[in-house]
Amino acid sequence: MSSSYQSNRWRRVDDWDDRPLRLDNFAVEDPDNGFSAFNGKADPKPSIGLKAGKITSMDGVMIEDFDLIDTFIAKYHMDLDIAKEAMAIPSSKLARMLVDMNVPRTELTRLAQGLTPAKLAETVAQLSAMEIAFAYSKMRARQTPGNQAHVTNAKDDPLQLAADAAIAVALGFDEIETTMRVARNSWSNALACCVGSSLGKSGTLFQCSSEEAEELEIGMAGFTSYAETVSVYGTESAFIDGDDTPWSKAWLTAAYASRGIKMRCTSGAAAELLMGFHEAKSLLYLEARCLCLQRGMGSQGTQNGGIDGAPLASSMPGGVREIMAENLIAVWLDLECASGNDARHSESDMRVAAKVLPYLIGGSDLICSGFGSILKYDNSFNPSSFNGEELEEFLVLQRDFEVDGGLTTVEGSKALSLRKRAIDALAHVLHDLGLASTTDEMKKSVAVASGSNETESFKPRDVTLISEKIKTEGVNVLDLIKSLHTGGFKQEAENLLFLVKLRVSGDYLQTSAIIRDSRVVSAINDPNNYTGPGTGYRLSEQRKEELAAIRDVLDRDEVLRTEALGEMAEMKAIRYKLLGKAEIGGDRLEVVVGISPAFGSKIFKTLAGHKLSSVLKALKVGIVKGGAVMRLVKFWHTADTSFLGLSAARLSGSGIGIGIQAKGTAVIHHRSRLPHNNLELFSNAPITKLSHYERMGYNAARYCHKELPDPVIVPTKGEALGARFHAKVALIYAIETSMTNDNASPELLDFTFLEEQT
Amino acid sequence: MREKKLNRQDFPIAETRPSKVKGKRGIALSELTIEAVLEGTVDLDDLQITPEALLQQAEIAKSVGRKTLSENFERAAEMNNLPNSEVMEIYELLRPGRTESMSTLLEEAKKIRTEYQAEKLAKFIEEAAEFYDKRGLFKKRF
Repeated sequence: MSSSYQSNRWRRVDDWDDRPLRLDNFAVEDPDNGFSAFNGKADPKPSIGLKAGKITSMDGVMIEDFDLIDTFIAKYHMDLDIAKEAMAIPSSKLARMLVDMNVPRTELTRLAQGLTPAKLAETVAQLSAMEIAFAYSKMRARQTPGNQAHVTNAKDDPLQLAADAAIAVALGFDEIETTMRVARNSWSNALACCVGSSLGKSGTLFQCSSEEAEELEIGMAGFTSYAETVSVYGTESAFIDGDDTPWSKAWLTAAYASRGIKMRCTSGAAAELLMGFHEAKSLLYLEARCLCLQRGMGSQGTQNGGIDGAPLASSMPGGVREIMAENLIAVWLDLECASGNDARHSESDMRVAAKVLPYLIGGSDLICSGFGSILKYDNSFNPSSFNGEELEEFLVLQRDFEVDGGLTTVEGSKALSLRKRAIDALAHVLHDLGLASTTDEMKKSVAVASGSNETESFKPRDVTLISEKIKTEGVNVLDLIKSLHTGGFKQEAENLLFLVKLRVSGDYLQTSAIIRDSRVVSAINDPNNYTGPGTGYRLSEQRKEELAAIRDVLDRDEVLRTEALGEMAEMKAIRYKLLGKAEIGGDRLEVVVGISPAFGSKIFKTLAGHKLSSVLKALKVGIVKGGAVMRLVKFWHTADTSFLGLSAARLSGSGIGIGIQAKGTAVIHHRSRLPHNNLELFSNAPITKLSHYERMGYNAARYCHKELPDPVIVPTKGEALGARFHAKVALIYAIETSMTNDNASPELLDFTFLEEQT
Repeated sequence: MREKKLNRQDFPIAETRPSKVKGKRGIALSELTIEAVLEGTVDLDDLQITPEALLQQAEIAKSVGRKTLSENFERAAEMNNLPNSEVMEIYELLRPGRTESMSTLLEEAKKIRTEYQAEKLAKFIEEAAEFYDKRGLFKKRF
């Protein structure tokens, strides 16, 4: 006690130190060393030099000094028919056009084809976070929002991958991405997810993130349908350090298209800084270069928005606004945007939710470019912003804001049967193709497991053997289709065939393509046409209902059903007997306890779960201990605590009454006081214990003796009681109020406790 | 004569012209059924996109103002005829420091120009070689 005053530190800071937020790194702005979101030391001013239909300089660099990135952007991104017009528009005007709902998206995407990286960056930097969010929502390419899941596990266990892939499909993810703990396991992971994602419906796109060349080979075998790990960087040295050039990456871009495989590039803030080649340029400017490169390469889209650099970007002032700003450049350049929100940028749940909100309410082609559909420790990419743990939070956010984050609740028994079928399907394929055999114990442990810590299944080494076999024996998607079909998984075989047939037409190579209801939906047949309220993506009534249907939702019947269960117990615990109209008492040492209409007749427990008979008993014990007697009266004219208490006091010979509602809210009143100016009140029924009721009874008795006892305080730990109970409170209270009758007289009740309480 | 260029209205071509969309061996999309797969008459080539389909997608992309995407599809149409091994080999050569002189790339360009009539890709490789040379990428990396 004494030493606590000698501290030289406010102990609130200790409390703050204990919060997860303080695990996050924060860094000062340091433009010299690449730590700047918007204002790099070496950021150029926007400029374009044109002579005889050719670029002579760009963003302050003369053509002879162009590095590979400048060269590629000048040659492939810059449209010289548009550059002169577009570069002449002041960036402040372009910024206003971005947030002006009357300027069509297509006009802005046209102009972007003639804007240099510095101009794009200078423009979006002028927008506030809210303006960026609005502009993003207006500028994103496809109207219907979508989402992407990570499906991985810490053991590379194929059975779990298949089960989790099936769940991800059922949740509504448009794309599924896997990767491995052990690089050699890529073929096994690809096959397992491919099988799992064929359950339930057709058309969920799937990718296996691995080494560039191998990833393409896996795609060529037909297991995967898209790729997004074609990374680009904003400085030449980082690019070369990443073992590629704009030309090699453009080659890959064409390679995927040439095999009918959807692809997008990847870039995100702070990658160059992490790699040590930032050139003292801001995150945003370097990203603008990356994105111009990607458009120039002819990629239909980008995975963009911090990505692996999100935590580093977020350590800087304005870092999260920068991430939003780079995403805006991506969609302004008419690229599909899988908008990050994957690598968890903070240990603080609040920072995470705040970061995703603009994308959730504004929509995005793929809101998360990797929502961890599995538990954090099973995520081989590292934990995502949202993970298996937080999935329901996301579903509830969709419901709260009535926005479509692409996901739908999967009912528990359906989830389990899907998992079992996915596991059976994969076990059959592994056996049928001579890849591995599976035991019932393995299958059972995976079906019910929340994560790989709980499974008894394949180990990474087993998986390596499976993977090598798939690769060396040249197993391809047709083998899977045949095997599934002959194993009785006919719908799955059909679904998988549908998916690989997509590559024949190449329709899903167009910008922002996903598959919904077995149809390709892209920026071509579902373009974002936002031009103000009533336009753009709107929820259908059916979709609203889906979003509303989360798990465990209360309704009136549910409350009554729960109460009916309590009724039996109460019939054994207490017997009430009506003794007729209650009159004003004459005993100067009595406490009248006034109960509400539903008390003991429709409602049988307080919100804290105490049987109402136990509450009455506690009150009685207290009243007797305090040297008074208890008289019980049932009121019909009100269900309000204050008026129950006041009415009880007015009937009491002592002038002291207790009013109590069926849900447990209770008050001590005196007949001479104003209705809401009581003696003591227990307003937090959910945390009120029987001992509190007993002390309330005791105090009421002491008031009869004209004493002033210490009021009973029900301590709170800061629980959000409104969140926990108000829906139920409102339902219960409505039951109470529906039973009230203005003209009905109070009735005197006799009560007998039928069993000893514990 | 080539029919009118495709545009937004022709998308998705799998729906608007299912009998004209064909796999690499000429089998129409509508004939790629599960029965055919089970009978073993379908092979991976039948599930490959064709240069024609890629060029149609290029036309559609261009019609909606996506010129660079359209050009990528045109490069892809040429690349479609290159075997996987050739695609991967050239990709490897285009990575930094894989070769010590530009001649290796120029030979590749020549090869695909003559063997696969891949004019756009050949030019693309030649151009890469020129800029790699300028930026000193033809040096041994360890």
